[in-house]
Amino acid sequence: MSGLQLLWFVLIGVLFSGFFFLEGFDFGVGMAVQSLTHSEDEKDQIVATIGPVWDGNEVWLITAGGALFASYPFWYATLFSGYYLILFTILAGLIIRGVSFEFRKNVPTSQKQIWNWALSLGSLVVPFFFGLMFVSMIQGMPIDAKGNMTATFGDYFNLFSIVGGIAVVLLSYLHGLNYIALKTTGPVRDRAKNYAKFLYGVLYLGLVAFAVLMYFETDFFELHFATTLGLLVSMVVLTVIANIAVMKDAEITTFIASGATFVALVALIFTGLFPRVMISSISSKYDLLITNSSSSPYTLKIMSYVAISFLPFVLAYIVWTYYIFRRRIRHTSVLESK
Amino acid sequence: MSIVSLARFQFAMTTIYHFFFVPFSIGTGLVVAIMETMYVVTKKDEYLKMAKFWGNIFLLSFAVGVVTGIIQEFQFGMNWSDYSRFVGDIFGAPLAVEALLAFFMESTFLGLWIFTWKMVSPKLHVIFMWIVTLASSLSALWILAANSFMQHPTGYTIKNGHAVMTSFSALLKNPQLWYEFGHVIAGAIVTGGIIITGLSAFQLLKKKVENPEFYKKSLHIGLLVALFGSIAVLTAGDLQMKALVKEQPMKFAATEGLYKNTGDPASWTLVAWANENGHKRVWGIDVPYVLSILAYDKPSGSVEGMNAINKQLVKEYGKQNYYPPVNTLFWSFRIMAGFGTLMLLVSLLGLFFTRKKNQLLYRQKWMLWILGLCTFTPFLANTAGWLVTELGRYPWTVYGLFTIKQSVSPNVSVASLLTSNIVYFLLFTGIGITMVSLVVRELGKGPDHEEKVEEQERKAAKIDPFDKEAFE
Repeated sequence: MSGLQLLWFVLIGVLFSGFFFLEGFDFGVGMAVQSLTHSEDEKDQIVATIGPVWDGNEVWLITAGGALFASYPFWYATLFSGYYLILFTILAGLIIRGVSFEFRKNVPTSQKQIWNWALSLGSLVVPFFFGLMFVSMIQGMPIDAKGNMTATFGDYFNLFSIVGGIAVVLLSYLHGLNYIALKTTGPVRDRAKNYAKFLYGVLYLGLVAFAVLMYFETDFFELHFATTLGLLVSMVVLTVIANIAVMKDAEITTFIASGATFVALVALIFTGLFPRVMISSISSKYDLLITNSSSSPYTLKIMSYVAISFLPFVLAYIVWTYYIFRRRIRHTSVLESK
Repeated sequence: MSIVSLARFQFAMTTIYHFFFVPFSIGTGLVVAIMETMYVVTKKDEYLKMAKFWGNIFLLSFAVGVVTGIIQEFQFGMNWSDYSRFVGDIFGAPLAVEALLAFFMESTFLGLWIFTWKMVSPKLHVIFMWIVTLASSLSALWILAANSFMQHPTGYTIKNGHAVMTSFSALLKNPQLWYEFGHVIAGAIVTGGIIITGLSAFQLLKKKVENPEFYKKSLHIGLLVALFGSIAVLTAGDLQMKALVKEQPMKFAATEGLYKNTGDPASWTLVAWANENGHKRVWGIDVPYVLSILAYDKPSGSVEGMNAINKQLVKEYGKQNYYPPVNTLFWSFRIMAGFGTLMLLVSLLGLFFTRKKNQLLYRQKWMLWILGLCTFTPFLANTAGWLVTELGRYPWTVYGLFTIKQSVSPNVSVASLLTSNIVYFLLFTGIGITMVSLVVRELGKGPDHEEKVEEQERKAAKIDPFDKEAFE
């Protein structure tokens, strides 16, 4: 295994972490539009908190997909064709959600509710199926000698993968609530905190179930005992920190802790997979490995140059954007200044 | 129904639909950037109004363009996994670079542009829009770098049955890329100019026009942009055709409907119909000399027909069907070139009849109707152009290296593909209808709508003194 292969394995993990950290709260806010608010004004208020940034946050996913294609084409091909209907559902969710931001702003009031629902449902479907996909993937899927995956319903939908899907939805929702608490004023802010206080209790149960199922359903504990345990513990610790912080109204700490939980989750999956990228349930001979599914050293080198030269600029203007939009969004006078 | 035909149908449907909105948003984005720049330079409020009004239309097209774009990136892995394995070492890189260099910039600065009208100085604000325009063009560059490799592979070697990159710079120096890029960007400029011209014309045709001067100015800017773009698009298209004669003779022969080799000088076929199964032309009207001039810039030289090219291809790559769908290519090319020329003429004449001395156009309803109907022509021309480019590559995905049949995902079922095709179709229809009705609605509000709303909001804000948390 070359250093560049390892670098790109890590970078793909970083890109997915960035996606869940950032787009995670967009999904949470999207779900909250129909579940947290009491009026149309409140819906506008919380949508305004993500208005300028959600599209940029989604680019983390597109970049992760592109980087996967460029650096691990065999992984990309097996994963994307194998999870055809799952990814298709994710795409459909992203589409109805993506247009709803622009549409709900412009449609007549009588139709606005349609796009509020599109926003909320899209924001629910996408994290659920991403959770389901990654968790079923780490259990091993029927991948043949040619790298083609032909799975059946039970391979995709089983107790562990469904718990994984729900866990990612719950994490996104909490992350969104924490973001709303950080970015708004007025009744929505208090309500978001109250919801979060209750839901952290549910999340503990989810995490325990997740850890137990991981022990029985994957080989992570056998292969990588220390990192698997360590990362699971850090997910729990981060949840405790977030839970305490939300009690103490430390909004920034809560938000960072819930975001970091996602990073720990992605790290857990990637370290557990190592040195594989996809596990075959037919035979370990057919596992896709870091060593045999990556691009050529030349392509990886070029990609590394590009990433190293441009990523700092990208991060700089993203941070600058969050700084520009640092003000809290008030009730009624929504930021929208179009 | 086979997985190949369903996967091809899906690629055509999603790409055509996506490409309705790509040139729409790049083009209108450019016009909005020009309008806002004029506001910054002249400080006249009407230009600010223009930038905001047309900016709303731009944003609607941008939103649909973004969401349909994600399908494109996922689709290679989902429907064309063996293609992805074969070419991923080369093809993935421009896609990843596109996301990193262009998409982050585009989305971030668009977010800034939408939400900072009142937060930053006008000078800084217009820069955001220019960055968005630059980033969209960059994204076109990278995705076309990927497409150009499929049309004309360069900088690679075949290793263990896979294409492996040997030179990244060859990917960017590919002459095909620069023809395509020039053509696509110029086409987007025409699209933006014509859409704003056409929609303004429709507004001026209404019985009660709120602010006719606003639409007349917009129409004029639109025409100027369209004229500039039309000249560029014809130039780029001409260069591309001349390269095609050498690089992909089969595609060229098919767009000209030539089965047999032409004489010298070669005559150009204006209209024709082919019997595709019999590899024969049924009827057609020929214009002498023109094809030699189009292909070689001189009134001599013959062009090879498909039957001769087919023989060479069979010799070089083995026996299979190398004939692309001739009638589709032939007519698509004529739709593209015909509407392209029409738009050039319309923008020239339009500018002539709106000159300061004699603004005949605004008094002649039929002229406004022509401009209005032209709104739809760029969509037809853009689609037809891509049909020529992509269908003309048949039977290859990567020209000369990998065929369409080899490319498809072997593990995806007909049922899955059928489901996704149907749902995409329904989603696209719903979104398309909503999008069009919202554009009509935005147009109906008129350019002074926002001022009125703000006035109302200002009044409402005065009655609300209880908002203490606002000062936190």
